[in-house]
Amino acid sequence: MSALEIRNVCKDFGSERVLKDVSLAIESGEFLILVGPSGCGKSTLMNAIAGLEPVTDGEILIAGEAVTWKTPAERDIAMVFQSYALYPSMTVRQNISFGLEMRKVPRAEREAAVERVADLLQISHLLDRKPAQLSGGQRQRVAMGRALAREPKIYLFDEPLSNLDAKLRVDMRTEIKKLHQRLGTTIVYVTHDQIEAMTLADSIAVMRDGRILQLGTPDEVYNDPVDIFVAGFMGSPSMNFIAATLEGGAGDYRLRIATPGEEDLVLPWPVSRETPDLAQRVGKQVVLGLRPEHFSEEDERLGKHDRDTPVSVSISVVEPTGADILLRLPLGTGEVTARVGPKCRVTAGERLALRVDMGRAVLFDSGTERRLA
Amino acid sequence: MSTVSSSTRTSRVAVGRPARARLQAWLPRLVLSPSIAISLFFVYGFMLWTFILSLTNSRMLPSYDFVGFAQYGRLMVNERWWVASTNLVVFGALFVGICLVVGALLAILLDQRIRQEGALRTLYLYPMALSFIVTGVVWKWLLNPSLGIQAMVRSWGFESFTFDWLINPDMAVYTLVIAAVWQASGFVMALFLAGLRGIDDSIIKAAQLDGASLPRIYLRVVIPCLRPVVFSAVMILAHIAIKSFDLVVALTGGGPGYASDLPATFMYAHAFTRAQIGLGSASAMLMLGGVLAILIPYLYSELRSRKHG
Repeated sequence: MSALEIRNVCKDFGSERVLKDVSLAIESGEFLILVGPSGCGKSTLMNAIAGLEPVTDGEILIAGEAVTWKTPAERDIAMVFQSYALYPSMTVRQNISFGLEMRKVPRAEREAAVERVADLLQISHLLDRKPAQLSGGQRQRVAMGRALAREPKIYLFDEPLSNLDAKLRVDMRTEIKKLHQRLGTTIVYVTHDQIEAMTLADSIAVMRDGRILQLGTPDEVYNDPVDIFVAGFMGSPSMNFIAATLEGGAGDYRLRIATPGEEDLVLPWPVSRETPDLAQRVGKQVVLGLRPEHFSEEDERLGKHDRDTPVSVSISVVEPTGADILLRLPLGTGEVTARVGPKCRVTAGERLALRVDMGRAVLFDSGTERRLA
Repeated sequence: MSTVSSSTRTSRVAVGRPARARLQAWLPRLVLSPSIAISLFFVYGFMLWTFILSLTNSRMLPSYDFVGFAQYGRLMVNERWWVASTNLVVFGALFVGICLVVGALLAILLDQRIRQEGALRTLYLYPMALSFIVTGVVWKWLLNPSLGIQAMVRSWGFESFTFDWLINPDMAVYTLVIAAVWQASGFVMALFLAGLRGIDDSIIKAAQLDGASLPRIYLRVVIPCLRPVVFSAVMILAHIAIKSFDLVVALTGGGPGYASDLPATFMYAHAFTRAQIGLGSASAMLMLGGVLAILIPYLYSELRSRKHG
């Protein structure tokens, strides 16, 4: 039995359909992340799960029980909001225990619950303060404490870290992950930050225009994207898309990349990754997807991987980030980004020998943008 | 090279600047000074004059025979003054209280994303656009037993229906409350509505998820957030209550007898129609004291919060 199941949910705002036949299910203790650009319907889906927005069509089940037409209070869920939504007139203690009070939990139990979550989140010294006296990170903790105190069936997080500064965001991200590992809670988490999605999730649902494009583990979504949108959305710097022409035949497919002012580059497609779709595309345009880390510098000490294909390219921009170096290089009709080790000695304008790991490259149809291989 | 040219430029600017800069600095003061002088004379000067008159035995015309605080002593034993003061307490408390409750309720109802909100909002605010004289006259007709509500209900066949507060000495002050509430509660609604709109939507959502019912959300979460609004509404309403003069004149004329007198009408009656300028001035000073007692804590808290905020 799933902790949360959504069946064919649709939602209209006026004449506009913002959720289009969304279905998903997660198990108890699972961490699901809804990710997508703004306006993709992820927050609407979350509000539908919470019961704050009635759905137009479809069913929502929590722990096997249909809750589609139940009020938010009856669904036994807690939510952490982007703006934290703390009650400004109440102290931290009252904020945390308000939900329990509304559910007529006896005072002694309420106090015990407040102590428990305050210990857990290290906010015991803040309990008698008002929200206005707290910093952003502290408010974030209180908002989480308010959710944790009730021990609901499902936790909903609506972009909880987007109002924090970069360093605090990373810290809180780790903290949320630790909490999830310790408490084994079921969490649905909305974000537009793909790094948050990759680091936190057990499973990721990538949404666009009210549809779930792909639902899978972070590894599947990252390495096995279903289309160009998913591939481009996950990962930073994002995947390079290079226009290429498919040549050859079964057992010997090759990709020809024409770069203005350069000799055509021909990359062999690994035999092990051929799909039946390729046969019809021979001689036609396809889109080759290469992540920056699929490039590596030629290095004798590392030895040569058989599947890596050597290419020689001229470098237009060198961007050292400290941990590694990002190179911009003209390839195909545009520029692509390659990530190489920090020791790589190269200056802009030079030619550099790089290797491409074609075993991890992906191929898309240039018209439908769907995955080919 | 460049340092030389820049230094000559700055020196030229420095020569040209002072005259213009001085004018710039003085212009606001020049523009404001007439109005400052006028308000100093007509507001604070006359206030001071009234205080001086309250210490004299002036009757028909001002005289300057000082009698100390004797006029205040006369006021304290004047039965009509006590009726007026008691009326003010009753009227003020009911007016402020009912306006707050009605205004808050209207605002909460309007905040439920209803249709035609703009039209309703204007409708509720309209009474505020009328002067108290108009309000007073309209309610005088409505409350007149032989013309208004009583006559109408009787004409429907309820022969024994009685609604004669306007001519009942014990109830006349409540007619003032009715008319003033009708006029001012729309304004209080506007204040509350602005406050409600300023509250983060997700706070209400959070309270819903916490399991609070709608009345509880308002009582426990929303209204406590509106404390500053309540505070300003009380301040504004309280000083309207103390100043009330035109409404009384138009609606009850202070009557029957002097049953619905307020301090302002008392002051007017004595200073200008009963040739008791000294006594009238003393009552005016006591009213000023009442206004200041409300205004000073308000200003204090406002200025303090601005310094903090």
